[in-house]
Amino acid sequence: MLNTLFFYFLSAIAVGSAILMVTRRNIAHAAIFLVTALLATAGIFLQLQSEFLFIVQVFLYAGGIMVLFVFAIMLLHLEPAGGLPKFSRPQIVAVTLTLVLGAQILYAVFVGRSSLRLPALQGNISPQNTEAVGDALFHQFIVPFEIASVLLLVAMIGAAVMAKRRV
Amino acid sequence: MQTYVLPAIYAVIVILALPLLAGCVLIAERQFRAYLQGRGNSEAVKPGLWEPITEVTKLLMEEDAIPSKADPVVLWAAPVVSLMVVLLAFSVMPIGPAFHLADPNIGLLFIFGIGSLAVHGVVLGGWASNTQNSMTSALGAAAQLIVYGAVTILGVLSALLLSGSLSMKEIAQAQLERGQWFIFYVPVGFAAYFLGSLRITTSASFDSASPGNESDKAFISAYRGFRRCLYLLAGYMNVILVACIATTVFLGGWLRPLAGYRDRFPGTSVELLDVLPAMVMMGAGIYFFWRARRLTVNIRRTGGFLVAGLCVVAAALLLGVLFTSEGFMQGVHGAFWFVLKACAYIYFVFWFRFEFLPAHRDMLSRLEWRMLIPVALVNLITAAVAILTSQDTGLPMRLTTLLATAATLGVAWWLFKNPPEELAAMRAGGE
Repeated sequence: MLNTLFFYFLSAIAVGSAILMVTRRNIAHAAIFLVTALLATAGIFLQLQSEFLFIVQVFLYAGGIMVLFVFAIMLLHLEPAGGLPKFSRPQIVAVTLTLVLGAQILYAVFVGRSSLRLPALQGNISPQNTEAVGDALFHQFIVPFEIASVLLLVAMIGAAVMAKRRV
Repeated sequence: MQTYVLPAIYAVIVILALPLLAGCVLIAERQFRAYLQGRGNSEAVKPGLWEPITEVTKLLMEEDAIPSKADPVVLWAAPVVSLMVVLLAFSVMPIGPAFHLADPNIGLLFIFGIGSLAVHGVVLGGWASNTQNSMTSALGAAAQLIVYGAVTILGVLSALLLSGSLSMKEIAQAQLERGQWFIFYVPVGFAAYFLGSLRITTSASFDSASPGNESDKAFISAYRGFRRCLYLLAGYMNVILVACIATTVFLGGWLRPLAGYRDRFPGTSVELLDVLPAMVMMGAGIYFFWRARRLTVNIRRTGGFLVAGLCVVAAALLLGVLFTSEGFMQGVHGAFWFVLKACAYIYFVFWFRFEFLPAHRDMLSRLEWRMLIPVALVNLITAAVAILTSQDTGLPMRLTTLLATAATLGVAWWLFKNPPEELAAMRAGGE
């Protein structure tokens, strides 16, 4: 009962702030609502007892990437005077595309509604999912993990080099 | 229902107690700084116990002025974010083996993950004030929060290698199983954590130590009254939080010194060392009694005797719980040791902070990037090698971690002696 209540509460926050995020004209407000949406999603992960996913969502998205966004917004003054324009050509295209995509998704859900049942939750989820993720990363998926790490490192060094050259 | 009621009670206790403790930290900071700097405490408020009350009353009676171009909603929300982050982090902190709100598998990661949101409180506060000074100061403060957060996490990671778990309770328990507190295995990790946390905890203060427009605290310059209070409260609670993390991860949490030593009084189930808390409190009581006798001002004398009496009562209580049930005794004594260690840590933080003059921001950044992060990384690697060596060859871990620490300190020395060229030029130029 309480679980269901929490779920609907978090989902309402997630969906509501996602909508607010794309409709705000002040870009900093949009960033704040994006953080809220990400945090609410993290809350749902926590409710599903996947604590590791929860904390990774908070750490990387809300705490890491969003801080970068906020820094970029505040340092670069991306904001045009008086907020973003209310109505423009690209927006018409965007709305059309969104409607088409939404219709597609709804149609797919409608067609596949009989096969959308997830298997019932197992009674005892292992509480050690941090260890499980670590094990999987460092035993089964070690090569992709290392490649991704090196890729990120290269990107970081590249960014530093490019920034330095301009200064 | 049971699953919700008890944690809810604990949560209320934590939320009510922490602001009071923050006030205590403020008193301690003031008095200790006055003592170290060889001057009397502020003349305006006597006795010093009234200081938090007068400070907060002063702030609350200010006009609630909002800058005309500020963003009112974000201005209101930003300090709340700062405060919430600290309060949330306390929800996984085990104060003694019995008192904890939750003990999730991700304990420490939870604290640092939630802590990474603190940057939003700072940046949004500066942005919402909509003044140049606040904005630039907030960005600087946020950048420092991030880099020093990195140092603290790197320092803590070396202890995590030893504990093998992120759960706060299991980290403390692992120190019992390993036979020593982790500070003795990875002292360099502790040093990195200490230096990193030092910087984080100075982000809020009533009187700014550094010059106005260069201050890292200027992002709250547009804040008045209650909202400013919230920022300062978050800052002082942050000091407590940092001390609690250090206590749990490096200083053995609620374990008493020599936790492995379990000899008992003959014929009873009372362990020999379980009388230590009572003896510590008794010693404090005697010391306060001795100090109070030499005081001349009447009210101070009375106060001193009162404190001494309270210490004796506490000692009697700590002795009394020995004869109650085992679990209750463990809970009370665990909480005693935890609080004692956290207080000692806060004491050292203040000591360090007042002993050394506040450094300029770019000096700190240099220290951070050139020294702390490389050394913390090297420490992580050497600690991992030491643990694996001890597991594979059966050498005592004390020996291998000692060698690892020596190697790390060697690297640190080399880094210090071989600075990059521009830094060497700066040092030679006497800047």
